[in-house]
Amino acid sequence: MRYGETGFNLEIDLSRGNIERVENDPVDTELYLGGLGTNAKIMWDRVPPEVDAFSPDNLLIFSAGLLCGTPAVGCNRTIVTTISPQTKLLAFSMMGGFWAPELKYAGYDKVIIRGRSPSLVYLYINNDKVEIRDATHLQGKGSNETTDLLRQEVKDSNAQVAAIGLAGENRVFFASIEQGRSSASRAGIGAVMGDKGLKAIVVRGTRDINVARPAEFHGLCSEVLQYIKKREDNPIPGVMPILAGLGSPQEMKIHDEKWHTESFMWGNSRVRRKDFWTEEVASEWTQTLENTRTRLISCYNCPMKCGGTISIPGLPTYMMKCFSKLTYTMAAFSDLDFGLKIAQRATEYGVDGFSTPQVMAFALELHENGILTDDDFPEMPSDSEGRFYYLLDKIVRREGIGDVLANGTYWAAQEIGKGAEEYAHNNIKKIEQLPLKLSMLNPIYFLMYCTGEKINITQIEGQFPQMPFPKREQREEFVKDWIQVPDDRFKQYFLDWELRGDNSMPFYPTVEMCCDIVDWQEKMHYIDDALGMCAGLSSFPLKPPYHIHNYPKFISSGAGIDMDEDKLTQAAKRYRTLIRAINVRRGMRREDEKPPEDHWKKRFPELEKDLLDTYYKFKGWNEQGIPTKESLEELSLDYVSEDFRKRGILTGNGDTPAADTPAKEEKE
Amino acid sequence: MGEKKKKIIKTIKVDVDKCNGCRACEVICSAFHAEPKYSSNNPARARVRVIRHPLRDIYIPVYAGEYAPAECMGRDQYTIEGKEYEECAFCRASCPSRDAFKEPDSGLPLKCDMCESDPELDEPMCVQWCLNDALIYETREEEVEEDAVAQQEEVEIGLEALAGKYGLQNVMDAVARMSKKD
Ligand code: SF4
Ligand code: SF4
Ligand code: SF4
Repeated sequence: MRYGETGFNLEIDLSRGNIERVENDPVDTELYLGGLGTNAKIMWDRVPPEVDAFSPDNLLIFSAGLLCGTPAVGCNRTIVTTISPQTKLLAFSMMGGFWAPELKYAGYDKVIIRGRSPSLVYLYINNDKVEIRDATHLQGKGSNETTDLLRQEVKDSNAQVAAIGLAGENRVFFASIEQGRSSASRAGIGAVMGDKGLKAIVVRGTRDINVARPAEFHGLCSEVLQYIKKREDNPIPGVMPILAGLGSPQEMKIHDEKWHTESFMWGNSRVRRKDFWTEEVASEWTQTLENTRTRLISCYNCPMKCGGTISIPGLPTYMMKCFSKLTYTMAAFSDLDFGLKIAQRATEYGVDGFSTPQVMAFALELHENGILTDDDFPEMPSDSEGRFYYLLDKIVRREGIGDVLANGTYWAAQEIGKGAEEYAHNNIKKIEQLPLKLSMLNPIYFLMYCTGEKINITQIEGQFPQMPFPKREQREEFVKDWIQVPDDRFKQYFLDWELRGDNSMPFYPTVEMCCDIVDWQEKMHYIDDALGMCAGLSSFPLKPPYHIHNYPKFISSGAGIDMDEDKLTQAAKRYRTLIRAINVRRGMRREDEKPPEDHWKKRFPELEKDLLDTYYKFKGWNEQGIPTKESLEELSLDYVSEDFRKRGILTGNGDTPAADTPAKEEKE
Repeated sequence: MGEKKKKIIKTIKVDVDKCNGCRACEVICSAFHAEPKYSSNNPARARVRVIRHPLRDIYIPVYAGEYAPAECMGRDQYTIEGKEYEECAFCRASCPSRDAFKEPDSGLPLKCDMCESDPELDEPMCVQWCLNDALIYETREEEVEEDAVAQQEEVEIGLEALAGKYGLQNVMDAVARMSKKD
């Protein structure tokens, strides 16, 4: 018997209308765990680097994590993996909500989609019954609208629906896949779904998920629940409220937005408004949220409440998650009322809440500076809010300039030319980043920004405080119950970290310490993405309930795979390295690994070079960021090393040939 | 007739306003009632069901009550604070009109047993797992008249109805499975 997982994948060929139920290999689970890990293995094996995001040969994989569907609290992530139209690299966004556990109960670990349907369809999965069904009547419908209609159509309010809106249908490069209160938003995976002609996947299941050692597993779950309770009753002192508790940042709960509105940038990630948060603004925004937020809501099997139901008079109700609360507001220099209203339309369209507002602010900046002209924006309203609605519609419909903007700031700038590139200033690996512009280089964040392959800072940071605490006593207090550290040396790093003086940034933590810290933080995210765990209970917040010491026990007693910390660390390193290998094979090199030029004012080129050199070595990669032959073989990734040699990415003796510059070519 | 007896009445008070829709109550109920205990998980077997319509802001945890051999003749529809609730939204019955509160494979009715177990739990599992206090457990003592004979008759009528619907063998299997748990 298989534990934790079901042991079966669905293989769907949309070109031929073929459906197969295929047993997956438990040996792969042991090596790559599940979720993101096994997705990466499939992508490596079946999607060669020549395959484009919008090729029928590109795969779109919806995977439940290894422990989704078990009672492990907060384990509900769906990991969607494909090739991104925006980065042309691996995209592996995930979403919370209710979809992944339902897939497990239907009897499947993954849905692997290939091909392209000649007309719009949806996939209906109800236990053994799996059908590709006509969806032409859903063409152009919003994501929530689609969900509602499909639930009626299949006569089951418990069916879980992942759907795209118009943006996905029109292959907008930052289109999302929406699922009620959650979405998989980054890197344009909704566009790939649209390209495949797949409007939605409806899933319903009523089967059991088994665990290997029931009493032990239940004990672990209960401990986590108790810990969450305790941790919620005792927020961490000395850090700002949104970092003090668990879960995703509690944007739907809190009213005080002083920190975000005054520290993050407005417009096209340009303007800092240091005295923005007045009492007047505070009371107005509080009122807005109080009047529209009807309930705080959670994902499957989680006591937290990170999402909110938003009902604005005159508009359909929708559910909001996290920071999209402010992204539209701040990009448009507007207020919360506007932000909540436009987010409703954006959710129905299905677009990423980070990229979309920045793309629109970018367009308006180009207009202001004469790079785009009035002719590019026929009949555009004159007020900022009106312009944002106007642009959103143009982009999602790919009309006029919207067709160019729908490819994101990087590609739009390339196409527009005339110096537009200067305005696409907030990207890493071609994707719009959080609008942050800071002063002093933070060496830990430097490494995370450079090397994070999920390309969002929130998907690599966590665990280690973002800033030193001013007083030693505070730091001593903090490390007292810091059980999550993999080793006590991390406590020492933090104890000695000062705001000023010798032990302050950018030279402390030292280069070696930074490597250690970044590696730990990243590792926890990768483990979450394989198990299907919410980062909000694990890799993202300080002192989370899940960590490197209890995870092996969860995997052993839940999935019945013998696991200890070393083996888990090795497995995470294996599929993390495999993801890098996929991207390297697609041309990613050192020159792609850099933060936006203007992210920090005070930069330290020599230190930065040293950081990257040392981190690459630490990870077993060469000076180009390519995994070396030795490190690949040590991870039983001999097949990657062999492929690299054949393609001339590594020479026979494990070096990178000097002439290897595919990443550059692609840019020209 | 019957004699007066003291009886502990166990109640779970549901505050729908506090529910965040997580379904943890369903998760843990099904795990607790798995055989062996906690060995599997399947909300479709839970004896509590959260009726959810997120976009209408409807979240109602409903507990499985008595088995009803036939569906009701008339149905109720409620509007509370502007929200329209579907027919049967508040009903606890395992009845032919819907899938809720039936074992997914056999179709046998499910009923909340307040997590009866030995030793007795401090609180039912669903209450323990609802950290949002949407479910609150209360006990009170009441004097009740017990009529053993009448009760026995009721059991037999119930069993006959079940056998008529599911076949005697299925019912016997279910009884066998239930007694294994004790
Ligand atoms: S912590 Fe928040 S985001 Fe994570 S599973 Fe729970 S409700 Fe969802
Ligand atoms: S556990 Fe509580 S909050 Fe969660 S669905 Fe059940 S009743 Fe609602
Ligand atoms: S009281 Fe026990 S049996 Fe009844 S619904 Fe709750 S967990 Fe299930």
